Amino acid sequence: MYRYDGIDKEFVADRAAEFREQVNRRLAGELTEDQFKRIRLMNGLYLQLHAYMLRIAIPYGTLSARKLRKLAYIAKTYDKGYGHFTTRTNLQLHWIKLKDAPEILEHLAEVEMHAMQTSGNVIRNITADPFAGATADELDDPRVWAEAIRQWSTLHPEFTFLPRKFKIAVTAAAKDRAALRVYDIGLALRRGRSGELGFEVMVGGGLGRTPYLGPTIREFLPTRHLLSYLQAILRVYNRYGRRDNIWKARIKVLVASLGAEEFAKQVEAEWEKSEQEPVDLPDTELARIRGWFTPKFATLAPASEAFEQAKAADPEFARWTRHNVHPHKQPGYAIADVSLKTPGQTPGDITSEQMEVVAELGERYSLDDIRVNYQQNLLLPHVRLDDLPAVHAALKAAGLATPNMDLVTDIVACPGLDYCSLANARAIPIAQDIARRFDDAERAELIGELKIRISGCINACGHHHVGHIGILGVDKKGEEFYQVTLGGSGAEDAALGSILGPALPANKVAEAVEQMVDVYLRERTAGERFLDTFRRTGVAPFKEAVYADAH
Amino acid sequence: MPTLIKSQGGRMVLANDPFTHVDDEEALPPGDVILSLARFQTEGEGLLSDGRSVGVRLTTDEEVEALAYDLPRIAVVALKFPKFLDGRHYSNARILRDRFKFPRELRACGDVLREQAGFMLRCGFDAFEPADGSTPEQWERATRRYRHVYQRGVDARVPAFVERSS
Repeated sequence: MYRYDGIDKEFVADRAAEFREQVNRRLAGELTEDQFKRIRLMNGLYLQLHAYMLRIAIPYGTLSARKLRKLAYIAKTYDKGYGHFTTRTNLQLHWIKLKDAPEILEHLAEVEMHAMQTSGNVIRNITADPFAGATADELDDPRVWAEAIRQWSTLHPEFTFLPRKFKIAVTAAAKDRAALRVYDIGLALRRGRSGELGFEVMVGGGLGRTPYLGPTIREFLPTRHLLSYLQAILRVYNRYGRRDNIWKARIKVLVASLGAEEFAKQVEAEWEKSEQEPVDLPDTELARIRGWFTPKFATLAPASEAFEQAKAADPEFARWTRHNVHPHKQPGYAIADVSLKTPGQTPGDITSEQMEVVAELGERYSLDDIRVNYQQNLLLPHVRLDDLPAVHAALKAAGLATPNMDLVTDIVACPGLDYCSLANARAIPIAQDIARRFDDAERAELIGELKIRISGCINACGHHHVGHIGILGVDKKGEEFYQVTLGGSGAEDAALGSILGPALPANKVAEAVEQMVDVYLRERTAGERFLDTFRRTGVAPFKEAVYADAH
Repeated sequence: MPTLIKSQGGRMVLANDPFTHVDDEEALPPGDVILSLARFQTEGEGLLSDGRSVGVRLTTDEEVEALAYDLPRIAVVALKFPKFLDGRHYSNARILRDRFKFPRELRACGDVLREQAGFMLRCGFDAFEPADGSTPEQWERATRRYRHVYQRGVDARVPAFVERSS
């Protein structure tokens, strides 16, 4: 895992010192809230419905035990003893006092963390494949490139006042576990004909009120040109992205209005005209970064007797391994998911005590490496098969072993109207309703992969457009209603969902999900996921089932 | 007259401003002037042949490319920020310095606040008309907040990846 050197440490220390001074100016009344707003937003501090919310950056979703313990401490000391992981792999604390914020940033700096660029019209936290460094299907470790982009984009002098926020995700595997097509820039590492590595560059994806899947503007960009090419994209966007209307300011609107081909042409022209060499990282620096991403695996047998015995003896453990454990590139290891989706809980929420448990497990069993994925769960990327029974037992004791990854109860939801001042409707209670209705592990397993995504407003933080079932909260004359979409996907088969029918009242949503699941179970053919059945049958049978009463 | 802060030899100093900003409707004062692009295009030629120094002020809707052929005759390029959030001029500044190698004064005017000082300096601005009453000391402090930078800018600061390899 990347470790800060003296330069990185001084950088976040300088940031914390700057913010302390700014908060003091605000508390002393030298700055009005309006003047202070633009400053606090540079440090991830939002003013929400009840209190300040601090959004802490977790670059490419990677944590160590020390970092996670610090987050547990901060949540316990300055908040209500829990935090919320977001679909951008950040951690949000929703009950922060302004006077404590500088101290929190100092605590974060101590463990090589910060809240820089988690808000504002800047390049935001970089995300990557949560299986990075652990999955057999990757060509390289995408975190090397994510870290290079993280540094390059930090307080970038030209790109700190963009038309709107800007999000970049990186993967290096055929499978897309980072939702590249809904990012401002999605970078997928590919191998070229000559064996060289390069990026497929997708630009202009995004959700919100006008969702787009990002088109590929370059099939193959040799890796050494990554930063100069990003500069060209950002420069075209900075100059020509719309600034007259906040709802049309994302790069997706620029790309859609120019057309992907014309946008690509402008980027290429800008790139050709720029000097690339001063921007692109020298090989020595890439090698230095890469050196931090070489975990020391033990040489193990590919199979584990202890693991096989535990599976045979304990059906609950066996079920957990079927859904929450994934193959690892290194023989004798596995990737283990930590579910933050126990039915009844708020998706993505985690208590300080649970953070301590995961930190302990990460340190002891996962080479001190813990990941956050965009589905708002955690995972332990490097667990020995031998250790899986112990890991499962500890997770279970902490309420973190629900065997539901990618199943109907693994619901993604934004904080919604319970916290967020932008929301039209609550998202969390809807997620809880649905999860409770399917709170039977056997039935959930029978239903199989089904990704439900809930957003409390059109900003789509809960990714509803790319849910197999998407649920969007809307306000109808002061009442909460929910519009349902079907058939979306944020993975390599990316698609935007299509609308089921008229919006439903809150108390009808979970029932509608159940009705649609019943249609799927009735219609599916062997091996078909919910999404596959929907794509084959279309919306009609689902619509019929949900709106039958209305006829 | 607004305060003018200039970057000279790595320091921020209060400078005398020999230039007068002239609006399009305004009568032309004597001496050195900074004009809008439109007015420069109609009146610039005459003023230059009178021996005056002339600067051009661009809005964020205008692009530095429009000045390409005139740059050798222009004493000052002033980029006006309508509001601090409008970041287009950072790219204009980079292109002016990196691509056109413009060697003379590049001035930031309009909604210019000390929070932007570091970014502006790094994009090639060397003269500032702060709108928040900043003193040269405050301005300089703002540009020195960070001991390190992660990218090459137009300024001479050494990026982290070069610091590391030396």
